[in-house]
Order: sequence, then structure tokens, then C-alpha cells
Amino acid sequence: MALSDEARARLAPKAAEIIGRYPKSRSALLPLLHLVQAEEGFVSDDGIAFCADHLGLSEADITGVVSFYTMYKRKPVGEFHVGVCTNTLCAVMGGDAILADLHEHLGIGVDEPTADGKVSFEHVECNAACDYAPVVMVNWEFFDNMTPAKTRNLVDDLRSGADVAPSRGAPRLCTWKQASQILAGYPDDQAAGGHTAGEPTLAGLRIAKAQGWTPDADADGSAPDGSAGTGGAQ
Amino acid sequence: MSTILTPELTAFWDDPTSFALQSYRRNGGYRALPKALKIDPDQIITMVKESGLRGRGGAGFPTGNKWGFIPQGDNKPHYLVVNADESEPGTCKDIPLMLANPQALIEGAIIAAYAIRANLAFIYVRGEVLHVIRRLHNAVAEAYEAGYLGKNILGSGFDLDIVVHAGAGAYECGEETALLESLEGYRGQPRLKPPFPAIAGLYACPTVVNNVESIASVPFIVGRGAGDFAALGTQRSKGFGIFSLSGHVTKPGQYEAPLGVTLRQLLDLSGGVRAGHRLKFWTPGGSSTPIFTDEHLDVPLDFEGVGAAGSMLGTRALQIFDETTCVVRATLRWMEFYKHESCGKCTPCREGTYWIVQLLDELEQGNGSDSDLDKLLDICDNILGRAFCPFGDGAISPVVSSIKYFRDEFIEHHKRGGCPFDPAASTLFETEPAA
Repeated sequence: MALSDEARARLAPKAAEIIGRYPKSRSALLPLLHLVQAEEGFVSDDGIAFCADHLGLSEADITGVVSFYTMYKRKPVGEFHVGVCTNTLCAVMGGDAILADLHEHLGIGVDEPTADGKVSFEHVECNAACDYAPVVMVNWEFFDNMTPAKTRNLVDDLRSGADVAPSRGAPRLCTWKQASQILAGYPDDQAAGGHTAGEPTLAGLRIAKAQGWTPDADADGSAPDGSAGTGGAQ
Repeated sequence: MSTILTPELTAFWDDPTSFALQSYRRNGGYRALPKALKIDPDQIITMVKESGLRGRGGAGFPTGNKWGFIPQGDNKPHYLVVNADESEPGTCKDIPLMLANPQALIEGAIIAAYAIRANLAFIYVRGEVLHVIRRLHNAVAEAYEAGYLGKNILGSGFDLDIVVHAGAGAYECGEETALLESLEGYRGQPRLKPPFPAIAGLYACPTVVNNVESIASVPFIVGRGAGDFAALGTQRSKGFGIFSLSGHVTKPGQYEAPLGVTLRQLLDLSGGVRAGHRLKFWTPGGSSTPIFTDEHLDVPLDFEGVGAAGSMLGTRALQIFDETTCVVRATLRWMEFYKHESCGKCTPCREGTYWIVQLLDELEQGNGSDSDLDKLLDICDNILGRAFCPFGDGAISPVVSSIKYFRDEFIEHHKRGGCPFDPAASTLFETEPAA
């Protein structure tokens, strides 16, 4: 795959903007790699050359950085990239079974898209959602308390184009390329949407409330809102 | 105060729009900032020292002291870097915090930056959490709009910009110097210390790197007073913290409590280990902290109590495993993680984790021998204290501690020529029909 002249020209202002966020240009490398991954779906040699041009670095230097980080793919993955957590806790709670079943169900290897280009998968390490184990990620959104059957249905839905929403996350599941765009620092309009506080997130709070252990919210809950948005209240 | 749980950071997570700036303000947010901007930055550092707040990212270094190490009047830019690279196995507190209440982190970051005289702060968030990244960008944008970020914040003359920076998948970047390397656009490998980041951090300038929960605790300390914070917790482990229960428990989740609470108290409150089963082993603070067993239910979960009992408080990631779980398998899976994530910079960690996985794999399959256990411990001994960064010491924790408490179970594997456990019995869905 090649990064077209049109794409290079279109990405150039974004690259400049990303570089402008940092006191030193090289800090922009990780977001720039997310940006080229957003364009092509993976980090191609052309993508590396694009970053090298904009940062004044060698392609070899950048290739060394790319290979260190697991989120950068050097070959195309699916439109929906599935990560099954098989770190100890998720593995024990069912992640190992989910991964083995998914492997068999899809009949593809790790990081290798299905023939329709829709789905690929890999194992992931702890994704910081252990209270929802076993956890499956799709394009880095959370699918909680999964089972082999639920995961099979999930990938079937992704392949058939059915609407799929994460357990906790945006209301609309992004594509892999759109997700990479957000990682580059260009969020979509979904920040305010979506369900995010599941029962485990609220478990302690609910018990504390039932026991009457929460701080009295009304004690100082009304004062400064007259100056809403200005932050001038003291 | 005699309550077992003390929701402060988690107090309004059940508000459906808890992440919005208006909700944060309605629940008492952004009252500490105007107060902070009226007092001398050094006084804020003193307050944070007096509060006794110790880093919530695992190491427990006093936060105020870290801030106090930043040289002043040195004519160099200073930086604040928030470590939001939550990746330690079992640790799952910062992600829900940033989803539910990112403004507490932003307000804390503004106060911290003011205290250390930084005009630019970075939030280095792991890349694999897309919605968290959206919420952080949204929180920063809302804070700019409200005049809490940018030039001349609330008329104080103080300027601050915050940049949200997404990582790209590397556990090692949770180590503060590796994080700085990564933020500078390099492979995330650790730097030699000293110099510490406070002297030569980001771009070789004075830098404070603090965990999300540490920074999010700052508005409470400044707003309510160091004394209110220090009144909670124990002698040398002050304040509240989020304890994350996961695994074979009735109600996994986030439990915010004063440091010093015990696992027994948390389990009693939350319905205990899953029905019909009993506690076998658990981690007090993630996989890098030596495991505990049912002997340790009453250990006070503070830095000193857990340390005295032979482990570390770490990130209060309480991963609970019941009697259906094979400790050899659990240890192998943790070691596969460390092998996968070792950054490769130093030999003991890079090679040692690789060797350990091979030995454990054979042991789990029943092909090991008693002498393999001695070999494992010998390898661990050669990693401990010899690795470039704390990763190596953490990596051997599961091996050494599981052999310490469950040596017989390791031996049972090669006596029988296989694992005596049924992995299906440990899953959440043991009743689901086979595929």
C-alpha cells in the first residue's frame, strides 16, 4: 500500500499541528504514527517515511520505535480489531477459553484479518478492567464479562454489519482507522455519550450510600453555580 | 470517623453525567483551585507534605516531597507529567476515575503545576482505552472554555496548557523514566537514576511525574485542608485510596477506603468470595507484589502493614483467586506477561523472564522436577536487585511468593505428570455449554 501524494498533502497540516503541541518535535512521533495508522490502517513504510520527513529523523530510527509498541501494526488488521485479555486474572476467569474458542471460530491467525477484512484478533495484556473480567476489547473499547459464546456472537455481528455497542464506551463503535485518529489527538463527538459506570465501578459507592457513609453532598453543594462556567467563585 | 468506606474521589460516579465540568462543580469541584491560586506555591507544597499523601501509583513516595525537589529560580521550564498508563495487572482504578471524573484530575493537575511552577503539563494515557481518551480531551476542552486552563487562569497571572498524549502499548512506560523517554518519542526504556526527573526529567528539565489518583487527590487536600486528609488512614499511610476488588468475589469493583482497611473488612462488606468457594491466594497491589493467602486477611492494607507481612501495597489491586485456581498456571501467566513486556534493556530481566517462562511451562505440564524449583529461585535471586528498573524485582514476586506458600502444589504437578486442576471450574461461565 502506498501513501498517495493527495494523502501526504492532506495529512501535512495535521502533522504540523501535532508537532506544534510539543516543545520538541520528536515528542510528536507517537501521535504521528497513530495518524498514519489512521490513514492506512497500519504503519506502512510510506507512513514511516512521512513521519521521518516531518520530524527530520531517519526511517531506521522510527522503525525501531514502531517495533517497540504493540498498538502499531506493520500489516493491515481488520476493520474491527479484537483483543482478548489473557493476563492471569482474565485468563483464569475465562479469557483463555475465549481466545481458544475465537481462534477456532474465525480460523485465522493473530493480527490476520478475515477474508472480508472485517475482523482480526490478538491476545492483550491487562487492560485495567479486572473488575469486569473476562474482558474483550474491540478497537480499544470495553466489552465486559465476556464468555466464548458472547464473543463468537460479537465477531459475527461485527462481520455482518449489525450495530454493536461496547459495554462501557462510546455509543457507536469506531472503526480501527477512526480509533487511530482519536489516538492521534483528534477525538470524535462521542465523549459525552455512552454508558461508562457499570455496577463494579459503583460497587463501593452503593454500599457506602446504603450505609449512610457518603459525605453530605448538600453541605456545600449549592454555592458557586451562579457564576457557571466562569470559574470565578471563591 | 468509623466508616469503612469513604467515597471522596468516587462520591458522585453514579451521576450519569459525572464526567461533565458542570457536574463536577455541582459536586464541589473547582473550589480548591481559586483558593490555591491565591496562596504561595511553596505553601501548597507544604500542604501536600503535611497531608501525608504518598504516591498512588504503587511506589508510595511522598508526593509533597517529590514536588519539593523541583529546583526553583533555575530559569528552566518545569513540567508536570501525569502517569495515566495504568497497566499493572489487576490495577483498574485510574481508568474508571478518568471515565467518571476526569475534572478532578484536571483540577489537581492545575494546582500541582502551579505549585511546581510548570506552564505545560502532559497526561500520558495508555492508548488501549479509547473512551477514556475521549473523556480526557473533552475535560481539557471544557476546562479551557471555563478559563481554568490557558493564559492568566482566573486572573491569577498563572498560565497552563495541558496536552493529552496517548501511548501505544507498552507496560514498561508506566515506569516514570521510561514514560518520559516515550513522551520524547523514543522506545519506552528506563533511564539511569540519578539524575531523578525532578532534576533532569522531560527534555532534561525539572519534571514531576505523578499517578492519576495522586493528582486527583490534590483538590481535596487543598480544598478541605491537609488535616482532613491526614485524619484518615494510618500513622504513616494517610488518607483515602481506591481499592479494586477483582476475581472470584461476589461483588468485584471499586471500593474507596482509608488506607489500613483489611481485605476481611472489604470482603465482609461486599459479600465475600464467590458462593461455595474459599479464598486461596490474592495480590495486595497487582502482580508485581508478592501474593498473600487466607492467612493475610487481617493485614492492614497500608504501606507499612503490607510491607511487614512480606509484600507491598502497590496499587491496591486486590485480585482474588479461590481454591479452583492452579497457582502454577497463575504464576506462569503472570510470567508470560513479564516476558512479553520486558523492554529488553537489561540482561537479567530480558533473559531471566524468558528462562522462567520455559521452566514454569514445563512444571505446569508436569514435566518438571524438584530441582527446577531451586533453579527458578536461583534465577529470581539473580534478577532481584540486578535489573535496571523496578520491573525485574516486580517480575519475580509471583514466582518467589507462590513457591513460598504453595511449594507442594508445584511438586504435585510433576508427581502426577500434569495439572490437577480443571481450568473450567475457575471461569465465570462454568455453567455455559461448551462451544
